[in-house]
Amino acid sequence: MFLIPDPVVRFFHRMASPPHFYAFSQRLMPWLVVIFLLLTAAGLYGGLYLAPADYQQGDSYRIIYIHVPSAWMSLFIYVVMAVAGAIGLVWRIKLAEIVAISSAPIGASFTFIALVTGSLWGKPMWGTWWVWDARLTSELILLFLYLGVIGLYGAIDDKRTASRAVAILALVGVVNIPIIHYSVEWWNTLHQGPTVTKMDKPSIHVSMLVPLLLMAASFKFYYLIAMLQQARIELLLRERNAQWVKNMISESK
Amino acid sequence: MFLSRAFFAVIRRDLVLALRRRSEIANPLLFFILVITLFPLGIGAQPHLLQAIAPGIIWVSALLAAMLSLDSLFRSDFDDGSLEQMLLSPHPTTVLVLAKIIAHWLVTGLPLLIVAPLLAVFLGMPNHSLGTLLLTLLLGTPVLSLIGAVGVALTVGLRRGGMILSLLVLPLYVPVLIFAGNAVQMAGSGLPVDAQINILIAILLMALVLAPLPVAAALKMSIS
Repeated sequence: MFLIPDPVVRFFHRMASPPHFYAFSQRLMPWLVVIFLLLTAAGLYGGLYLAPADYQQGDSYRIIYIHVPSAWMSLFIYVVMAVAGAIGLVWRIKLAEIVAISSAPIGASFTFIALVTGSLWGKPMWGTWWVWDARLTSELILLFLYLGVIGLYGAIDDKRTASRAVAILALVGVVNIPIIHYSVEWWNTLHQGPTVTKMDKPSIHVSMLVPLLLMAASFKFYYLIAMLQQARIELLLRERNAQWVKNMISESK
Repeated sequence: MFLSRAFFAVIRRDLVLALRRRSEIANPLLFFILVITLFPLGIGAQPHLLQAIAPGIIWVSALLAAMLSLDSLFRSDFDDGSLEQMLLSPHPTTVLVLAKIIAHWLVTGLPLLIVAPLLAVFLGMPNHSLGTLLLTLLLGTPVLSLIGAVGVALTVGLRRGGMILSLLVLPLYVPVLIFAGNAVQMAGSGLPVDAQINILIAILLMALVLAPLPVAAALKMSIS
């Protein structure tokens, strides 16, 4: 712990306390919403208006401003969920457990959006709604993994136990996702190669890349907003017998 | 020395228990045979089509049979409390759990290997791919038991755990299905399958090392 500066440690200790987290997230929320709206407006304006049409795909390529950030988020949120779950499992921090489980429905939604937008794009481009392409398939399996997490959490009545179960499952999933991804890739691929994360130079033009990155950032903020709201509700549900919740409700009356 | 004795004692105990309750061995096996019999009935008796999809049918059926048999892995021990005693024992839970999984594979996974040649004949698979089929089953079914054990350990405390188990376990079975199915397919066309077999071995070794850890953690969670 000596490597981490003291204020950071104190920040995390304070965040682990439910009343403080609740109040802090409430103060943070307007800022997050403003940043999210600005980023989304800038990203959509840049992507839908300023960016030129693709010489091959015409205007229909513009779906990437939703599709690609959603696909990135789907993986990102799973990793967040596993990390938060591991923290909850090791240090028994209630809030980490809540963050882990609050992320699951949002991650599942992003995965679903990525699948649906990909399918809508695939119809004019590939001529079919669905192909058993590697990345589509691994995205579909990722959706099943998310649904498994949500289902397992719902099936266990005691929510502390459920959180530990979900954390174990998410960790197993995180080890398996690369294996599933590469096995599926090896099995069949038709999807166009990555155009942004190539090591040398992205093969996407700057005027298209900038809005894409803006949208990716805006999706991150959206996730933060949705996750915090979900976490606050979950927190109130779990702590409904705690004194600070009673105080808060009686004050607001 | 003491640890290995405990390990083999658990295997022996589970094997004896399984032999006393033979239906637990027979059920997944019959299920495996039945599902494969249903495919020609559903698709129609077209030898060429059946031959083409035989590796996939056999492997998907093996996956389902393995999943169906998972419930018996911890169920009776959980109900009568002996699982709790096992977790309380001084030996590391991971080792005891591994012993239970191995015993479970011996009674549910291994029999699939024995009937697989018969089913391959049913579906008209070429003879030279039979060896590869058996090899993939030998390497793949233990992985199914190991990964499945994580799912059962998470759901053993639940009354309606059966439904959720398939959702937890089947997505994780995908890599095994891909490599095993592909190996058998390739072997049928007379192509080399070293790459797929090597990857299956790698998956098996990894599962053997890693799977007992989450299983032990999940069992402790389910008991508490």
